[in-house]
Amino acid sequence: MALPTYTTTGQRIGYYTYLFYCGLVFFFLIAPIFMIVPLSFNQSPFFGFTPEMLRFEPEAFSLRWYRQMLGICRPDDIITTVCTNKWMIGTKNSFIIGLAATFLATALGTTAALGLSRPHMPFKGTLMALLISPMIVPLIITAAGIFFFYAKFGLVGTYTGLILAHTALGTPFVVITVTATLTGFDTNLIRASQSLGADTMRTFFKVIMPLILPGVISGALFAFITSFDEVVVVLFLGSVEQQTIPRQMWSGIRQEISPVILCMATCLVILSIFLLTTVELLRRRAERLRGIRL
Amino acid sequence: MNQAAKAEILTTDGIPLKVSLRRAERINKFRAFALVLPLTLFIIITFVIPIIAMLTRSVDDKQINTVFPKTFELYKQWDRKELPTEEMYATMFGEIVNADKRAIGKASTRMNYSKSGWKSLIKKSKRKFKKIKEGPYKEQMIAVDKRWGEIGFWKALGEMADPITFGYFLNAVDLKYDSNKEIIRQPENRRIYNYTWYKTVKISVLVTLFCLILGYPIAYLLATLPLKYSNLLMIFVLLPFWTSLLVRTVSWIIILMKKGVFNSILVWAGIIADENRMQLIYNETGTLIAMTQILLPFMVLPLYAVMKTISPTYMRAALNLGAHPMHAFYRIYMPQTVPGISAGGLLVFVLAIGYFITPELVGGADGQLIGHWIAYHLKSTLNWGLCAALGTILLVVMLALYWVYNKVVGIENIKLG
Repeated sequence: MALPTYTTTGQRIGYYTYLFYCGLVFFFLIAPIFMIVPLSFNQSPFFGFTPEMLRFEPEAFSLRWYRQMLGICRPDDIITTVCTNKWMIGTKNSFIIGLAATFLATALGTTAALGLSRPHMPFKGTLMALLISPMIVPLIITAAGIFFFYAKFGLVGTYTGLILAHTALGTPFVVITVTATLTGFDTNLIRASQSLGADTMRTFFKVIMPLILPGVISGALFAFITSFDEVVVVLFLGSVEQQTIPRQMWSGIRQEISPVILCMATCLVILSIFLLTTVELLRRRAERLRGIRL
Repeated sequence: MNQAAKAEILTTDGIPLKVSLRRAERINKFRAFALVLPLTLFIIITFVIPIIAMLTRSVDDKQINTVFPKTFELYKQWDRKELPTEEMYATMFGEIVNADKRAIGKASTRMNYSKSGWKSLIKKSKRKFKKIKEGPYKEQMIAVDKRWGEIGFWKALGEMADPITFGYFLNAVDLKYDSNKEIIRQPENRRIYNYTWYKTVKISVLVTLFCLILGYPIAYLLATLPLKYSNLLMIFVLLPFWTSLLVRTVSWIIILMKKGVFNSILVWAGIIADENRMQLIYNETGTLIAMTQILLPFMVLPLYAVMKTISPTYMRAALNLGAHPMHAFYRIYMPQTVPGISAGGLLVFVLAIGYFITPELVGGADGQLIGHWIAYHLKSTLNWGLCAALGTILLVVMLALYWVYNKVVGIENIKLG
């Protein structure tokens, strides 16, 4: 957005001030996330930049906290810190719960979105509001409700309980993204497929699915990150066995502030960059496909 | 003509077309509904029912009535002026002795909320009453513990006589029942919730305002820049959105700590002295800063979506007609972005009032929102009635805002990424 030639000096100053302000806001948004990356390579058990780090001395950086995160212990590490593989257990739990919840949420959410997008759907608004409610209700209220209710069925402190809760929390995202993909869907394609003799299942997997796949995958990724990042429900519903990564980080922040948290945080930032890229690519592909059709 | 109208159009099967169409319509409706049904049932069972069940706890007072049913029968006839009759003492005695240990434990916890001392009194009585073999019970009970002879304790039971109570809701706004079931204010030192409610709303409003002040300009920039630049800058908004909440909270702790990055930069630059580093975290300031950054994408994305649809020709026309750029922006552009402002504002506000994780970690004692007390009563004090009452109030506020949001924006128009 180059400035036109006729702008006055005052307007120029105003415009560059505005750009500077925007730059600051972008910095405010992004800097905190990348701040932790160099700190995770800190040699000392300290949460800030040491003078040595700022002078870029190689001895100031180390991978010791990463080793500790992975549960690999060297003799000299054990002297200063406790050596456990709780972070790896947390990672395993996060993936078990996250993947199971994502699978359920995607299956249920996609089916529901297909129904909601049909022109004949009765009570569409009400149903949509109901299905999106897990995203709106504060997590602390959800956690309290689920804790009391699941306790009656012995689901507190079980993987099943957590997976069910996380599925409920993840479905709104799947419903929203798949419904959005379906808004541009040409229903004549279904009729064409059926008139050519394909049955319902074949139509679904050969015609509908490939077209809505970008939406389904984005929804699944949203559901996965929701579960992967969720800590309040795990806090109340999970026992010692179901410690997930966020749960470990939570107790890590509150009790023993150790730079291992920063290593895990760095890994999570990399994961989020990966997920964001995937979703963006899918979105663009969907836009392109829609562009061709129009 | 008349005959033609009467003769209905038939399909090849000989069924009237109208009937056939209606049937097809019904089948379609049924199919659509069948697709939505599994998720609807799942959400109702795993999500809606648990929350409703929790909400009923906020008024539920049945527990104590199941432990002392007969005593409460008599209680309703008591004049509440002098000590109860021997009959009532005897019933109470019987019910304490025969009660299940767990049930009476729970009941006494509940009794303790209306007057402290009940829990220890019941515990002591349960142990010592075994020695009393026969009546009259009144004197013997008072001999075991003289609190049995205090009318205040008996009166305190009054608020529990009904199976439904609004006591927890009163507690949630710093009120309570006195022994005559009149509504009074909590004693000075126990008034915490009104202040917390006020603080929750205040912080949410401030966070919404900050998000608007920070988010509006960048949404405008993103909407007006050519697509190749704006797509790149959009990553700055979307990456925080995708990054773990805990990661962002941790980074704010690192930045805002006394020995943290921000203070160190200021000291290094000579702006503040080393000994008066600012306390930016574990107080309200910390909560405000961290929550603003965390919720900012939720403001920018709806604003961007609205601004993207505004045609630049309006602004050009205004400038062409001689309006000062600021004036044109204020009079022409801003009114068109109001839907975006209300959508983003509502979204941020709704998310902010229910926030728990970030305030809990960076808020210290001063920066806690109402979510803190819900969690506290859920896990620490086990005062689940109060926990549910606080939750209900919060949920009602949320749902009201959600309803407004639905009216203003339409719930189907929520967009992600």
